Order: sequence, then C-alpha cells, then structure tokens
Amino acid sequence: MGANHRDPDPEVVLRVKSLEKVLSDKGLIDPEAIDTLVDFYENKVGPQNGAKVVARAWSDPEYKKRLLADGTSAISELGFSGMQGEDMVVVENTPKTHNLIVCTLCSCYPWPVLGLPPVWYKSPPYRSRAVKDPRGILSEFGLDLSEEIEVRVWDSTAEVRYMVLPERPEGTDALSEEELAELITRDSMIGVERVEYKES
Amino acid sequence: MNGPHDLGGLDGFGPVMKEANEPVFHYPWEKRVFGMFPALMALRFFNLDELRHGMERMSFASYLTSSYYEHWLHSFETLLVEKGVLTADELSSGKASSPQGPSDSMLTPENANGLARSGASTRIDLDVAASFKVGQSVLAKNIHPMGHTRLPRYARGKVGEVVEDHGVFVFADSHGQGTGASPQHLYGVKFLATELFGDDSPPNDSVTLDLWDDHLVAS
Repeated sequence: MGANHRDPDPEVVLRVKSLEKVLSDKGLIDPEAIDTLVDFYENKVGPQNGAKVVARAWSDPEYKKRLLADGTSAISELGFSGMQGEDMVVVENTPKTHNLIVCTLCSCYPWPVLGLPPVWYKSPPYRSRAVKDPRGILSEFGLDLSEEIEVRVWDSTAEVRYMVLPERPEGTDALSEEELAELITRDSMIGVERVEYKES
Repeated sequence: MNGPHDLGGLDGFGPVMKEANEPVFHYPWEKRVFGMFPALMALRFFNLDELRHGMERMSFASYLTSSYYEHWLHSFETLLVEKGVLTADELSSGKASSPQGPSDSMLTPENANGLARSGASTRIDLDVAASFKVGQSVLAKNIHPMGHTRLPRYARGKVGEVVEDHGVFVFADSHGQGTGASPQHLYGVKFLATELFGDDSPPNDSVTLDLWDDHLVAS
C-alpha cells in the first residue's frame, strides 16, 4: 500500500480543505491548534524518546526494574507521557525471548516514546503477517532467529501500548547513557531488529 | 464486524515495504488530518472507538486501496455527518451554512500540547470484580457481531492463558457503538501460535492479545 511515492490525490486534498474550513467556520477547530500539534509530533516526539528510556534501563538496574513493573510511570520519570501512551507496558528481549509489537486491527503505536508510526507498520502486509508469520517478517528485516528462541508477538487490541526493551549489545560496557541512546533504533523498539554495535 | 480492518492472519499482501528516511508526514494534507484528530477528540462528538468503527465500516475495496490518513478522513466525515455536527452539503461545498464563534470546548494553540502530553486514559477507577485470574485458561468467544469488536477473528474460539490483569478499562466494543463504557477488567491473554495457526507453527511462539471479560469464558 505505497501511498508514499504518489502525487497527492487532488480529491483528497480538496476534501481535507473543505472539512477544515467548515469546522473552523463553525467555531469547532482552530487551524493554529492543528499547526501546534503537527509541530509537536513532527519535531518534538519520536524514537529518540524511547531510546532515552532504553539507554536508562541499560544503565540503571533499578530503573529497569521499575520500567518492567510499571512502564507508564517509569517512562513519565523521563518526561514522556500522553496520547497513545497513557497505559504503557514494556516487554524485555532476552537471549531466550524475542518480542514483536503489532496492531492487527488498526495501527495502535506508543506515540510518546516512538512518535507516529511508519507507513509499513500501518499497512496490510505487516498487520496481517506479524501474528501468523513473525519469523518471516523478522527475516525480511534481516533477523533470522533459531527455533529455540521464543518469538512473542503482542497484538495491541486495547488501549495498552507496548514497547520492546531490546538487548544491550556486547562491547558497550564503556559507553555512556547518551552514547547508548544513539545506538537504539525505532525498529529495535518495535521488535523487528536488534540493536547493533560495532567498535570503531 | 468482520470488516476490512481485521487483517491478522490473512495472506497475500506481499512483503513489508520499508521506506528509507521516511518523513513523519508525506503530504501537507496528512498533517491537517492528523491534527484534526486531537482537536475532534477534545470536542467529544465521538470517541476513539467510534472513530475506529467508522474506518471499519469502509468497503473492502476503499479500505485496502487508500492510505492510513484517508481512513481517518473518511471516518471524520462519516461520524460528523451521522452526529449532526455538519451536513454532506457543507462538506461538498466547503462552506458552513451558519458560521459561529469559537466553541467553549475548541482546542486552542495554548492547550493543544497539554492535551497531547496528558492524553486520556481509558482506565477507570472503579471496583469491578475480575472474572479471571492470572494463570487461568480461557476461551475467546466465537462472536461475529455486526458492530465494533476488538476481538479479532484469528483468536475467536481459541484457548489461551491469562498472563496479566491490566485492571478496569472502558470496554471498547460497547464504547464504539455509543452504548456505554461498560467498565470491566482487561487482560493480557497469551495464545500459542500452534493454537492460533496450526501444528506447523513453531511450538514455543505465541501471540498475546488484550481482551476484556466479555470476550472470554473459562476453559
């Protein structure tokens, strides 16, 4: 469903303009409030937030305990909270368990820690296959897991939002929390890849 | 309803198409639709479950050939007309029949980020008895309602284990039909892949869904 590389559909553009204009004329929406929200989600919220959470959990065992016991409150300690992250659960990858997040029914995603989802996360190929063929999806992302590792998929069918705590890569003992955060990718917190580290 | 949104376990959609350096929004119109979501939520003409149900009622052909924000746009238009907030004529003309001053519940630039940062949890502080305990075996009901449900087809009639009691939440299925919050316990229920998709599935793999009391019976 590649909506990404087409020209905008002029009919859709017109419908959006009409809707915003009618709602604005009726005193129901303020277009400047929309500008503010767009700026917030385009520039101030994103996977850099989740990366800070993961880096803190890797660096501070007490924080990690709190994060796994009560994700919402531990995440808010770092200042991240709000829409589509009101009730958070963090699931931990280990050498024996690999977690993967999906929303088969719509596109639920933990906005405060990961920002808005990429198109592939919202599209039918991922939503249909993540529950039935998660290993096939992981393989397409370059991750082939042995059968001994339990693949655990979390389908976000309610208002609980999930985030994966990826495994800390080897060789990173000397890195600071800030340096660790730079290694952590969005996709590793969805669970479709691991965090990689190559010593330079 | 068994609509076009219930995609879990279907085949034939092809590989996951990743986009390198993907922007948050691809077109300016997507930004407007996105920003209208919190603004419309603040007005409380409809709730998030009704918004989802508005998308689920799209035809299969439209749903599968339109993008994510087009689904939102479709549901906004559908619900605002159904709720009598505006008319189809106003939408097609782009002109309000009777312009009005700002509504008291209108989201302003000053309170927009506050709403984004606080959100609106659907957890309810009510003492409702839980029907199931962690560790218990449960059967997901075999239901096919014509309305909204968060119990996907691939899990109906399957047996799983309660692994978490999340507490009391608004029940999405009734909330999405405007018939009330029906507060009840929400559980993480773990289903083995072999139970969901057959014996050829990897024996240790599983899918955990969040399901409410009304979706489950003891097994």
